[in-house]
Amino acid sequence: MSGRRVVITGIEVLAPGGVGAKNFWNLLSEGRTATRGITFFDPSPFRSKVAAEIDFDPEEFGLSPQEIRRMDRAAQFAVVAARGAVTDSGIELGAVDPYRLGVTIGSAVGATMGLDEEYRVVSDGGRLHLVDHEYSVPHLYNYLVPSSFAAEVAWAVGAEGPSTVVSTGCTSGIDSVGHAVELIREGSVDVMIAGSSDAPISPITMACFDAIKATTPRSDDPEHASRPFDASRNGFVLGEGAAVFVLEELESARKRGAHIYAEIAGYATRSNAYHMTGLRPDGLEMAEAIRVSLDEARMNATEIDYINAHGSGTKQNDRHETAAVKRILGDHAYRTPMSSIKSMVGHSLGAIGSIEIAASALAMEHNVVPPTANLHTPDPECDLDYVPLTARAQRTDAVLTVGSGFGGFQSAMVLARPERSVA
Amino acid sequence: MTTSVVVTGLGVVSPNGLGVQDYWAATRSGKSGIGRVTRFDPSQYPAKLAGEIPGFVAEDHLPGRLLPQTDRMTRLALVATDWALADAGVKPEELPEFDMGVVTASSSGGFEFGQGELQKLWSQGSQHVSAYQSFAWFYAVNSGQISIRNGMKGPSGVLVSDEAGGLDAVAQARRQIRKGTNLIVSGAVDASVCPWGWVAQLASGRLSGEEEPTRAYLPFDGDATGYVSGEGGAILIMEAAEAARARGAKIYGEIAGYGSTMDPKPGSEREPGLRKAIELALADAGVQPGDVDVVFADAAAVPELDRIEADAITAVFGPRGVPVTAPKTMTGRLYSGAAPLDLAAAFLAMEEGLIPPTVNITPSADYDLDLVVAQPRTAAVSTALVLARGYGGFNSAVVVRSVD
Repeated sequence: MSGRRVVITGIEVLAPGGVGAKNFWNLLSEGRTATRGITFFDPSPFRSKVAAEIDFDPEEFGLSPQEIRRMDRAAQFAVVAARGAVTDSGIELGAVDPYRLGVTIGSAVGATMGLDEEYRVVSDGGRLHLVDHEYSVPHLYNYLVPSSFAAEVAWAVGAEGPSTVVSTGCTSGIDSVGHAVELIREGSVDVMIAGSSDAPISPITMACFDAIKATTPRSDDPEHASRPFDASRNGFVLGEGAAVFVLEELESARKRGAHIYAEIAGYATRSNAYHMTGLRPDGLEMAEAIRVSLDEARMNATEIDYINAHGSGTKQNDRHETAAVKRILGDHAYRTPMSSIKSMVGHSLGAIGSIEIAASALAMEHNVVPPTANLHTPDPECDLDYVPLTARAQRTDAVLTVGSGFGGFQSAMVLARPERSVA
Repeated sequence: MTTSVVVTGLGVVSPNGLGVQDYWAATRSGKSGIGRVTRFDPSQYPAKLAGEIPGFVAEDHLPGRLLPQTDRMTRLALVATDWALADAGVKPEELPEFDMGVVTASSSGGFEFGQGELQKLWSQGSQHVSAYQSFAWFYAVNSGQISIRNGMKGPSGVLVSDEAGGLDAVAQARRQIRKGTNLIVSGAVDASVCPWGWVAQLASGRLSGEEEPTRAYLPFDGDATGYVSGEGGAILIMEAAEAARARGAKIYGEIAGYGSTMDPKPGSEREPGLRKAIELALADAGVQPGDVDVVFADAAAVPELDRIEADAITAVFGPRGVPVTAPKTMTGRLYSGAAPLDLAAAFLAMEEGLIPPTVNITPSADYDLDLVVAQPRTAAVSTALVLARGYGGFNSAVVVRSVD
């Protein structure tokens, strides 16, 4: 089964600022931001009071009352995105052997929202240590173990092949898709429904990021709160969302005349083995992930036309990845646009990696590089071309997207056009 | 030629034994670790038994600075990793750092830690939540902490597929070794024996309400009423066979085959996926059903699920066609930790030539299974099949094989 190549033939995105891949791309290409003051709960006790929330009505997207009841918000996102991706791809899943159709869903924090809400009830507002099972919802187990997300998506698309949740913190969204690519390449499956979803905007998440000052306190100016690579950046803006793809083996995708967005040509993940939340400024391990993903794609660093940055907007992250990119791309780093869409849609933890893969594929589709919003005064230590404020039309044949997360995970993925000449 | 991947080290943290030696001594002789919950008062709950790990004092094994930032399951996983590395004779500091990775499974993350912080949030206010909450509870924590403690910078990962995840992680570790990383720490440890974890587990409706430890977890028995849950698991050191041989390592055996499926959506007419997962694993290993010397069952002890598993085993191996055992009747179901522990048991069974028993059960005549009950059975074991199923329909199967 060697030599099997994997392509994206369907994309759906649920991101702040408008549900659907089309709305998502419009937001990015117009450089608008979807960050706002938190509306899901009273944010006044928190240091950071901004987030990138989605206005999402599950019924509007076809979920039944029972599906809504048994699924955490993140699972709802995943199912809606999966159905949308299948529709977008035009694939007839009924014609695929169900055992050769699998699912990978990435999520950093699982059913955090459901767990936070249910804990509050069974503990009677935190009063009971011996929480009361008689007040728990019947589907609490689905929140306890978030593999329920993969099960729900499998049921939604009729998959009976290998299915799992990939949970590597903030690189989950890249690693989930990377895992799916490996399954198709090795020949275990032919089609994967792969992506990721997180809905972490809840009091417990805000509280724990407050405690380590990871999120921005810029609460008086929420639309401009996410400021990757800017000298004034002071933390990320928490977001939510999902992106799911239909991945197919190249030849069978061609045979059915599928629209092909991009080939996933290379993927690698490495660990910094340093600190659960801290990063060394040298970016060594992310650089290694980039190097290996380029090797796997059999491409030179100079072939990269655009870098979709992790760009979370924390002081340490943006320097870390700037260093990592320079380490591998050398002088080419200065000639390659590199932008952070987190400036517009926030940081949705395990989901964002897939949302950024979607942005990368759509950049290739439209030959437009999305901008970094809110970037007015670059940090002198971040001296690459971050595409400030305005999207840029340019030929985009190959994209590098990177992610970095708690636990020390560093991941990189290369998207390219399948018709390129492969050495 | 596909790279052969072998297991060279085991680290076990089980309710019936800490460390490989204690665990095997208990398991081979049918000694159970199931008892009434002691970590909180279970009186008010409809399930009161658990497989708790007794006598684990984290301070004895780990530096003090790690304690405030770790859940119990992470402490257990770090110690199990230390033991597994020692068992394998591997000193991570002597190996190239990018040539070692960590791929674990998790079911519920650091849930007890999470309960503590949720309690602070809702009873005292958000300013009281620990800075460590940002990572101590999430599913990736064990892979992250193991990689940091041991300086492992190679490919890492975390899979969540409930109880099946323990095998999925091992399969992913094998994949990474085949892609060129020489050593991966794999397996899983889970623990959510805390009130909040208990209530969440109860919601599955699958926990046994029996209060007598010998009557509570009875897979394939007519009196099956659900399972007893527990804490623990196993960490495995996996290596490319050539690299392991080159350094003269002791080899427990090979991860020879893997298969994974999802059950169809509930209400479907289609067959559950377990039989297919077994067939895929056997085909991947290149073995025939007749080559398999023992099956370590998933053993849900929920009648409907026992029926599905017995039917799948019988469909592949024939009626009473292969010895079947469930040593997890001595530990309870350990979620993603269960299957790695069964892999450890399978390797130890190979080493001794003895199949550990399923305890306390009287096999129901409704199932055509050759269950190894009450007493261990002497048998040459060179190929074993380990099964694991996760809530929601996950089925995974791994074939392990001895190497000459």
